[in-house]
Amino acid sequence: MVIENYLISTSTPTDMSTSTPTISATHLDVGHGVHSVVRDISLQVHAGELVVLIGTNGSGKSTLLKTMAGMIPSLYGEIAVLERRPGSAPRRVAYLPQHPVSSHTLPLRARDIVAMGRYAHLGLFRRATSTDRSIVTEAMQRTGAVEFEHQPLRELSGGQQQRTHLAQVLARQAEVLLLDEPTAGLDLSGKRAVADVIASERARGVTVVLATHDLHDAESATAVMLLAQRVVAYGPPAQALSDANVRECFGFTQPH
Amino acid sequence: MTASLALLNPLWEPFSRNEFLRNALLGSTLVAIICAIAGTYVVLRGLSFIGDALAHGVIPGIAIALLFGVPGVVGAALGALVMMGGVSLVTSRVRLSSDTAIGLLFVGMLSLGVIITSRSTSFVGDITRILFGELLGVSSTDLAWQVVVLVVVASMAVVAHRPFVLMSLDDGLARTSGFSVRFFHSLMLAMVAVAVVGSFQLVGTLLVLGLLIAPAATGALLTRRVSTMMLAATGFGVLSSYLGLLTSYHLDVAAGASIVFTSVYLFVLVAILTIPRRLRGHRELPHQHEHTH
Repeated sequence: MVIENYLISTSTPTDMSTSTPTISATHLDVGHGVHSVVRDISLQVHAGELVVLIGTNGSGKSTLLKTMAGMIPSLYGEIAVLERRPGSAPRRVAYLPQHPVSSHTLPLRARDIVAMGRYAHLGLFRRATSTDRSIVTEAMQRTGAVEFEHQPLRELSGGQQQRTHLAQVLARQAEVLLLDEPTAGLDLSGKRAVADVIASERARGVTVVLATHDLHDAESATAVMLLAQRVVAYGPPAQALSDANVRECFGFTQPH
Repeated sequence: MTASLALLNPLWEPFSRNEFLRNALLGSTLVAIICAIAGTYVVLRGLSFIGDALAHGVIPGIAIALLFGVPGVVGAALGALVMMGGVSLVTSRVRLSSDTAIGLLFVGMLSLGVIITSRSTSFVGDITRILFGELLGVSSTDLAWQVVVLVVVASMAVVAHRPFVLMSLDDGLARTSGFSVRFFHSLMLAMVAVAVVGSFQLVGTLLVLGLLIAPAATGALLTRRVSTMMLAATGFGVLSSYLGLLTSYHLDVAAGASIVFTSVYLFVLVAILTIPRRLRGHRELPHQHEHTH
């Protein structure tokens, strides 16, 4: 055991167990207003790791993600993202909400939506450069959104809109990705594209936290947190996804 | 040749022969541009109803100003400030659905305006002037003011374009992109207020809203980018000003109302004409992949 740890720490330049975590929570309560949804969450996520939050609707996974994104304040305990208050590093953190808006009146093309991912870097006035434009194109290629880049958002199917919003998140080139059900509404090829994107982002040291109700999304995770308005289990997938834990989280055993 | 030109006389002669009509056209063109800029964001963000409330909320302010012999603009500005505060309070605090609360706020302000003006001896004249403007009495000073308002509104749009567009998609997206939603929401309300306060003397509080919403909504039907939507809105607004004034001159009907009616009529026309295209757009969607590969 000791030898294993020694081997890992010497073979990888950034030792996961001792380096500063990108996301760290201690005895954290999350919720809306004064009503806490999940209490006493403690977790540490390091660069390049994937933590999957699993639970049914209302289990608190979206609430926890929103707290990490700085969309809602935490109710109790400590939380730091990149050693700062959540929401205070917009260029380094990207968040994909659960139901990105699909307005029928907005005159915006898919490409314009993705280009908004650069606004955190550009601020109010800086002009988009050719570098920004190639980042946008590359992000759209990775999610397969480049095929319909000139179509208005209002004419896109649900899956195409999801690919567009995911490309926007990638275009920010953040160090932390907070994704709320990124595969919702996607077909098999879309799900595979999301998995590829997450794998390649992790390979370049990006931390990913993903909320889902699909156990398959947890296969490549570093750690899994099962939520049911409380933390049912937290740990490596093999350990956390025991039949007993899954039954407690969903009320029944999901076929693996 | 001359005969055919003479045939077109009714289209430009009213303006070349009457200075008041020329000034009215200049004034309403400026108002149309101001409203196209502000209106684009109002329509994108779905704030039409709040714009409505702001437009009517200024009425008691103007009425009080007129009662004390102060310029109406001062009263309108104060009224807009009170209304903006009210709208912000309602949208952040009140549990009641915000359109109910804003609706009540706006009817309350409108009736208060009428109560105050009814104390004045020239009641009907005052209230008509506030609601419908004095487009045919535009002076060169009014035009100069209109240019100032245009510069202010355009500057606000240049500064806040990115957060405004982000917020029209999703407030949360603006927040996670590092922009203060509270600040830029207030700035958007302020932009609408400046447009309303700067335009009511020409087209009136009741009608300024028409020019704020109708050309921008028409533009949204025809375009797929925000910049072209704003250009189209300007085009439709200016076209409405010209056609409205022309109608008003030849048929001897109210000028401001003719302009706003034309802008709404154009919206309906474009909406009907684009129905086939929009239906086709939705049906063709499944074939998308065949075209791109």
